[in-house]
Amino acid sequence: MNFEVTNMIFALPEMFMLGMACAILLVVAYLGEKGTNIVYRLSQLTLAITALLIYRSLGESGITFDGTYIKDGFSDVLKMAVMLINIVVLLYSTSYLKSRNLFKGEYYVLAIFSTLGMMIMISAAHFLTLYLGLELMSLCMYAMVAMHRDSKLATEAAMKYFILGAIASGMLLYGMSIIYGATGSLDLATIAATIQAGGLDNTVLSFGLVFLVIGIGFKLGAVPFHMWLPDVYHGAPTAVTLFIATAPKIAAFAMAIRILVDGLGDVHQYWQGMLIMLSVLSMIIGNVVAIAQTNLKRMLAYSTISHVGFILLGVLSGSQEGYAAAMFYALVYTLMSLGSFGMIILLSRQGFEADTIDDYKGLSQRNPWYALMMLILMFSMAGIPPLVGFYAKLTVIKSIIDINLISVAIIAVLMSVIGAFYYLRIIKVMYFDKPKQSEPLEAPAEMRVMISVNALSVLALGLFPGALLAVCASVFY
Amino acid sequence: MFTDLPLLSLLIWLPVLGGIAVLVNGDNNGWARPLSLIISVVTLLLSIGLYIGFDNATYQMQFAEQAPWIATFDINYALGIDGFSMPLIILTAFSTVIVVVAGWEVIQDRVSQYMAAFLIMEGLMIAVFASLDAILFYVFFEAMLIPLFLVIGIWGGPNRVYATIKFFLYTLFGSVFLLLALLYLHHVSGSFSILDFHKVSLTMQEQIYLFLAFLIAFAVKVPMWPVHTWLPDAHVEAPTGGSVILAAITLKIGGYGLIRFALPITPDASMALDWLVIGLSLTAIVYIGFVALAQSDLKKLIAYSSIAHMGFVTLGLFIVFRIFANSATGSGAVLAIEGAMVQIISHGFIAAAMFLCVGVLYDRMHTREISAYGGVINTMPIFGGFAVFFAMANAGLPGTSGFVGEFMVILAAYQANFWYAFLAATTLILGAAYTLWMIKRVMFGEVANENVANLTDINRREFWMLSSLAIIVLAIGLWPAPLTEVMHASVEHLLTQVSQSKL
Repeated sequence: MNFEVTNMIFALPEMFMLGMACAILLVVAYLGEKGTNIVYRLSQLTLAITALLIYRSLGESGITFDGTYIKDGFSDVLKMAVMLINIVVLLYSTSYLKSRNLFKGEYYVLAIFSTLGMMIMISAAHFLTLYLGLELMSLCMYAMVAMHRDSKLATEAAMKYFILGAIASGMLLYGMSIIYGATGSLDLATIAATIQAGGLDNTVLSFGLVFLVIGIGFKLGAVPFHMWLPDVYHGAPTAVTLFIATAPKIAAFAMAIRILVDGLGDVHQYWQGMLIMLSVLSMIIGNVVAIAQTNLKRMLAYSTISHVGFILLGVLSGSQEGYAAAMFYALVYTLMSLGSFGMIILLSRQGFEADTIDDYKGLSQRNPWYALMMLILMFSMAGIPPLVGFYAKLTVIKSIIDINLISVAIIAVLMSVIGAFYYLRIIKVMYFDKPKQSEPLEAPAEMRVMISVNALSVLALGLFPGALLAVCASVFY
Repeated sequence: MFTDLPLLSLLIWLPVLGGIAVLVNGDNNGWARPLSLIISVVTLLLSIGLYIGFDNATYQMQFAEQAPWIATFDINYALGIDGFSMPLIILTAFSTVIVVVAGWEVIQDRVSQYMAAFLIMEGLMIAVFASLDAILFYVFFEAMLIPLFLVIGIWGGPNRVYATIKFFLYTLFGSVFLLLALLYLHHVSGSFSILDFHKVSLTMQEQIYLFLAFLIAFAVKVPMWPVHTWLPDAHVEAPTGGSVILAAITLKIGGYGLIRFALPITPDASMALDWLVIGLSLTAIVYIGFVALAQSDLKKLIAYSSIAHMGFVTLGLFIVFRIFANSATGSGAVLAIEGAMVQIISHGFIAAAMFLCVGVLYDRMHTREISAYGGVINTMPIFGGFAVFFAMANAGLPGTSGFVGEFMVILAAYQANFWYAFLAATTLILGAAYTLWMIKRVMFGEVANENVANLTDINRREFWMLSSLAIIVLAIGLWPAPLTEVMHASVEHLLTQVSQSKL
């Protein structure tokens, strides 16, 4: 066994976060509700320092812990994104939690542990590490959804999430075991090498692959494994929805890349067809059903499904450029999703959820600035230039045109036209309708600043997408 | 002297940044209007610099600028203009000044946002005409929809929401096919430069699909029959400024796109499918002419007449293949393309003027129903003079710019096929019929009712606005040479491009 102490430095961010998570847990246990503010600050500090640690170690790469843990450019960039996004998530959610008597230390402890799970997933070089990370992340999120104990909707959502999540994990595990049976290894690099060497029973391999794809589909929320997503997004407290809808998508994307590309890249032709089905169905169902929604959280849930379809387009292309495009899309999507749910939180007040579309009526007259921010976010989600959502769509569609899947590209662009309709409807109610209520918006200053930064970064990245695209490309080339 | 300045960048970013400045300045002080006027006038003056510094002798792109933008995909900030885009840029700058002036007193609600929307749109439209990189072009082409969507939706008429969403989705539907075509061309050519697209060789099947994609994208913009239905709705609901910009510029982008993309990139498919475009154009000219005759709403009538007039543009562009087949000289082909371009520019001024005239009436009477008017000339003699003049120009009276473009296209159509010319020439009758009948009902006769009797004639602002347009319409009508000279080299070059097979 080759276990060198120096190698552990690769996992320093994870180890630091684990230590801090335990410390925060103790603070919660000893100080109780009085200490929630401290817990919040500590959590933010933990995320910030971890981000710093990741930043300091950029450029180093290697495999450690006996081949189960990998640190490379891909993991660095995604972990960095997860940290930054979760810092903003905690910032947004705090004002929501405070106004609803949910401001408790548990939320932060669960969030930090869940973040740790994401990091482990992103750095997994082995099926077991991957599964460990996935379960750590998911179990924390099940509990977070159920945090609002007295809410029937939240409890129902938590049940659904838990049961379907467990099924997904089971599928994934089953797939892993079949792959193990076929290749004799759980280690992704060894699996890849064994497949490349040839002589394997392709029936067994593709059989296992089906279960892996189902598991990934569940976690990403791709049709037909999307049923949990609208209910969970709708039922969970908005702060939790915000958490679920952002960073875990990056982790799930990482899982897809680790399994399908790092491990099973050589049987690309097997999974490409499956992903085409998932992707096309997701784009169609997500966009068409979103039109019928009156609840904004539910609408965004369906819009997530359609975005997942687009992310899968990049993955299924099987080219370096496509993976980079999918990664760009995943990062951009989380940024937009962050802003949109942040806006729901911003407009919510004590005893009032601003989560139906009607609540946005006349926002441009109540507060032109936030209406403009929401406009930027919605047009970006719809993929209208010069906002960053456009480049995300552009790059993934480019990658599938480059492999000559023109018909899929046509479906994708037609669906994005349909998608534009429901985003436009939000803009329509904000700008063209008369306000229904006239209460001024109340939100802490840091929240107001952050949401502006969030939306303006969507615009700035749209004007100068080059840098982020280059980062994504550098990871894969 | 003008070639040293990054003039095109200035023309794009001055209005955009100026628009943001107006937006930030807000409505609380009285600066929104004067600031917008200053910005738009300075932009117009700068755009005249393009005309002065323009070299008529070459078809090469002038005032070129190039800088890397998205290095990963080799997408560049590449600008440049030729004889097709230069007049359109000046038209855009001019129209924006008119729109700012037209909205001066009329817009009282959210003035700064209104002015900012038009200024930003001006920058984006100029950028569309100046872009030489396909993705850059597409970004501006789409981004342009956002301000116009808001303008129609916020300041529009009672049914504005329906109209603006229909407008947005219709044009978005068209343009996504353009995106696919551009990405496919990149796949084939390995570059996003439009000029490289011109050189890439393509099989017939590829060309047919690409051509259809271009046609869907630009036919919606032009708009051609049968994808024109968004236009009457959008025009009727849009505020006057919105209608002016729609008619004067955004429709032109459709024609410009066909010139820049469809003809040079897919010449063989354009030749193979020219019957389709010619058929649709003639349908637009004849059928939409009759539809215009039946309208009872002033703006709808002008909207339909716009569609019919734009039919001449697409007709002129696509009869060149038949002219080539008939006569080897190809002099008629030059006439056809130049006629289409003159029609594009001239319609920009005339349609803008017509919508402004309707705007003048609407501001006073708050109705666009023709039946609500009658004998307006008795109470508004000066306005009546302008209205009759522009109506004549719209009907194609010799001596006005409306005549030049139509006449050139009809003349060229004779060389292609007698029946094309015959059908196209019906517009001289139909156009005169619907325009003059409208003028008769609105302007002449007895004073119809008390509201008309109480009308006040146009004020000084409206007078200057309309007379500047009248001078230009007359100038192009009497002496079109300055306009055709600048585009001549580019037209010749386009014709060599379309006559060379890419197979």
